[in-house]
Amino acid sequence: MKDIKGLLKRYQFFLVTIVIVAIVALVNRSLGLKALGIAGYSFKEMALVIPPVFVLLGLLDVWVPREIMMRYMGEGSGLKGIILAIIIGSAAAGPLYGAFPVAAVFMKKGVKFSNILIFIGAWSTTKIPMFLFELSALGVPFAVTRLLVDIPGIIIIAYALQLVISKDEIDEIYKKAESL
Amino acid sequence: MDNYILYGITIILLFISYFNDKKKTKQALKKSWKSFENILPQFLGVIMLMGIVLAALNPETVSKLIGNSSGWIGIIVCAIIGAITLIPGFVAFPMAAMLLQNGAGYMQIGAFVSSLMMVGVVTMPLEIKYFGKKLTIWRNSLAFIFSFVVAFVIGKVVGGI
Repeated sequence: MKDIKGLLKRYQFFLVTIVIVAIVALVNRSLGLKALGIAGYSFKEMALVIPPVFVLLGLLDVWVPREIMMRYMGEGSGLKGIILAIIIGSAAAGPLYGAFPVAAVFMKKGVKFSNILIFIGAWSTTKIPMFLFELSALGVPFAVTRLLVDIPGIIIIAYALQLVISKDEIDEIYKKAESL
Repeated sequence: MDNYILYGITIILLFISYFNDKKKTKQALKKSWKSFENILPQFLGVIMLMGIVLAALNPETVSKLIGNSSGWIGIIVCAIIGAITLIPGFVAFPMAAMLLQNGAGYMQIGAFVSSLMMVGVVTMPLEIKYFGKKLTIWRNSLAFIFSFVVAFVIGKVVGGI
């Protein structure tokens, strides 16, 4: 009984969204069906990308020693750490939510918080495959200008975030990553 | 294409890992499963949410909303739409190009593309699970504000305003 309760609590948010879709479908059948169709499509997309990403994360967690990650991206890694964070984030494929589990493993490996934030920023907006696509769709001036504004922007946002959040709160986030 | 490369690399690394150390490989897979299982409820919720938002805000609706508007109101509308929607890049860029052809300004499109990629209102439940409420809200707010900076620069440089 307790198990079922725990399960319900964990899936609370998912259950709420199901109820919302059901209500939408009752009010507007075609819109509800469309929402379900899109959700199904996204699910297929995710089901394809997620398994290898999590397997890679597991391998990274087991094989790459904490010392190495710390040396390259931890406290005192300086410019090297920043550049690596941007490169790793930019080389990634997939939507932004794919970056969060990677960030959690980085935390476990002692990567500096500002570098994790830079990594998230790079993943969100300077991904190389997307950049190439942007070049062809919106033209060189648009894509290049955006890239040149984004790189300093990502770094500024990362450091600004570090200012608004306390050391204790960062420790708390790192501790939570251990259990994820 | 991307997926084939991703699967190829994963399978090769998994084999290398297995031949070097079976126990460690097993441990890695256990960790993979655990972290996946941990985040699954949020993933499923976000997928449903995405379905609802995208069904309501399809490209036609978006283009109607910002196609003819201009100025700061248009930019703000664009940034907000970008923030709540989650459109894959391969759909968003051609859509943005189409909007430009239909008379939308570079500033608006700059705001839209930028907030689309950096701000994720729909994926916030996932982000909170990893980073906590405070940081998630701050990160998304700063990225939202930043998309106006991007819009401004793109408007100046590309639009020549």
